[in-house]
Amino acid sequence: MEKVITRNWGKPGSATIDGAIANGGYKAAEKAVKELDSKTIIETVKASGLRGRGGAGFPTGLKWSFVPQDTGKPIYLCVNADESEPGTFKDRFIMENDPHMLVEGVIIASKALNCHHAFIYIRGEFFQQTKIVKQAVKEAYAKGFLGKGIFGSDYELKVTVHNGFGAYICGEETGLINSLEGKKGQPRIKPPFPAVSGLYNCPTVVNNVESLCAVPWIINNGADAYKKTGTEKSPGTKLFSVSGHVNRPGVYEIPLGLPLTTFINDPAWAGGIWKGRKLKACIPGGSSVPVLTAPQCEGVNLDYESLAAAGTMLGSGGMIVMDETTDMVHMLKILAHFYAHESCGQCTPCRTGTHWAYEVMSRIDAGEGRMEDLDLLIRIADGMAGQTICVLADALAMPIKSFVPKFRAEFEAKIKRKAA
Amino acid sequence: MSDALFSDETLRQMKSAIEEYPSRASAILPVLQLAQKEKGWISPETIRFASELVGVPESRVVECVTFYTMFNQQPVGKYEINVCTNISCALVGGEEIYGHFCKKLGLKNNETTKDGLFTVRHVECLASCGSGPMALVNDEYIEHLTTEKVDQLIEEWRRKG
Ligand SMILES: Cc1cc2nc3c(=O)[nH]c(=O)nc-3n(C[C@H](O)[C@H](O)[C@H](O)COP(=O)(O)O)c2cc1C
Ligand code: SF4
Ligand code: FES
Repeated sequence: MEKVITRNWGKPGSATIDGAIANGGYKAAEKAVKELDSKTIIETVKASGLRGRGGAGFPTGLKWSFVPQDTGKPIYLCVNADESEPGTFKDRFIMENDPHMLVEGVIIASKALNCHHAFIYIRGEFFQQTKIVKQAVKEAYAKGFLGKGIFGSDYELKVTVHNGFGAYICGEETGLINSLEGKKGQPRIKPPFPAVSGLYNCPTVVNNVESLCAVPWIINNGADAYKKTGTEKSPGTKLFSVSGHVNRPGVYEIPLGLPLTTFINDPAWAGGIWKGRKLKACIPGGSSVPVLTAPQCEGVNLDYESLAAAGTMLGSGGMIVMDETTDMVHMLKILAHFYAHESCGQCTPCRTGTHWAYEVMSRIDAGEGRMEDLDLLIRIADGMAGQTICVLADALAMPIKSFVPKFRAEFEAKIKRKAA
Repeated sequence: MSDALFSDETLRQMKSAIEEYPSRASAILPVLQLAQKEKGWISPETIRFASELVGVPESRVVECVTFYTMFNQQPVGKYEINVCTNISCALVGGEEIYGHFCKKLGLKNNETTKDGLFTVRHVECLASCGSGPMALVNDEYIEHLTTEKVDQLIEEWRRKG
């Protein structure tokens, strides 16, 4: 497999602009700005089959094609570098190891969208990563790759690096837009979709860091070359960040379609379960997606369709691996706490549901639960899913509805222990 | 407007942050972040100052200060210790590390030591899940924490003061 995103990681100087240029960086941006028109870039990205890497998997080229070009309003690109989904730490590695690949992706996407002001929205806790990205942007300005008349053309692009300040919900695209406008990062009701009315009520595209980083390679090598890796409906490569009970936690670029158990066990990837123990469960795509039991992991491939067929999702590619000693009740309590803490509070089913679920999980975990609590949890989850402005409510409903039935005996045991 | 509230350098950076955006209101977060960097927390005077500088009602600034959890609404210790207790860190001992910090410093969540040196909090995922247990201390990520490492760090910070 040819590496698309991680190809320069670890090479000397790869985080500097001279290192990036020596590694072939900015060639695609120069080509896009000087030789390609908007339509050609969008068609190429569409043909590559690239799907958004931020969680929802929406085709990137298609998203770009929805932006109306004739409204007379400015068009904005927002880079989603808010990375706060538990288990996910891939965008951080991109920014640390190859920030110029992101800047190059931003230039090409902006050219495709006719955007002249792009924003890189980075979570506030990323003080160091923000410094790195700001430096990369500064270097790109100095070389004439950003600003007025870039690469000697008449195209102009301004890039602003903006920090969030501790709110997971700002990763949701309309929450991010509100936050950029200097408001609480509360998601907006859709429609209107950001493509039509986003930042400052102008046409806006929000893209994940990794999505944009695949674009320079696609422009350099063509859509067909990109499709050689991966599966038919999930082409290309994907970064997986793996954490929990494995020997080699970290960020790995894999061809989509790789068997899940190969990824967990192969010494080239996660390197097997730690301490010689057995796999108990795995959350393949970040904390919001349904958990798989060890037997369910067999025969599943890491691509959008195969994971959906297994009743879960690829999500952000943040894989959380749990060994046989893991207390699943306690883990679900932690997740309930997270979503209760991060609910923005606009929708009653989410605001009350996440807190109620956390209370119920707390008493079960403390050994003070009742058997009826297990059905109650499912009822709470049913009352949340699909009932709200954004999918944060679903993001807790899905773990509840997979943890409770799949590990029911463990929940019951904790409840019974106190009663005994 | 009392420009004297902040250093010339911070003021310069605040004003140039406002220039970055098509709308002044977008600069609320950057301005408050710069303010917190200098003062350590967001006081009522800072809120008033930011609302005048950016040109938005104070209520709008207050909304942001209370919504974004990284804004300190009261003074904090010189070392702000934010320990991740979310799922991936918990799987490798994040909760024990948080408990150890609290015990060693005699603090509960969000409390500050009397000498003004340390504040401890548990926080949600910091995107360092593969190198847990971890903590964000001021603006540095400290990864692969053990109780021994915590003891050493506290000793070192006490020595430095
Ligand atoms: C609660 C919530 C949190 C999200 N957090 C992130 C995030 O941290 N990073 C990200 O890229 N997308 C996140 N998303 C997805 C974004 O809304 C959006 O789909 C994505 O940024 C689009 O980019 P893509 O098409 O390139 O994937 C989140 C969605 C929700 C509902
Ligand atoms: S679902 Fe939750 S987080 Fe999303 S908008 Fe509603 S209250 Fe806010
Ligand atoms: S779970 Fe601790 S950093 Fe992600």
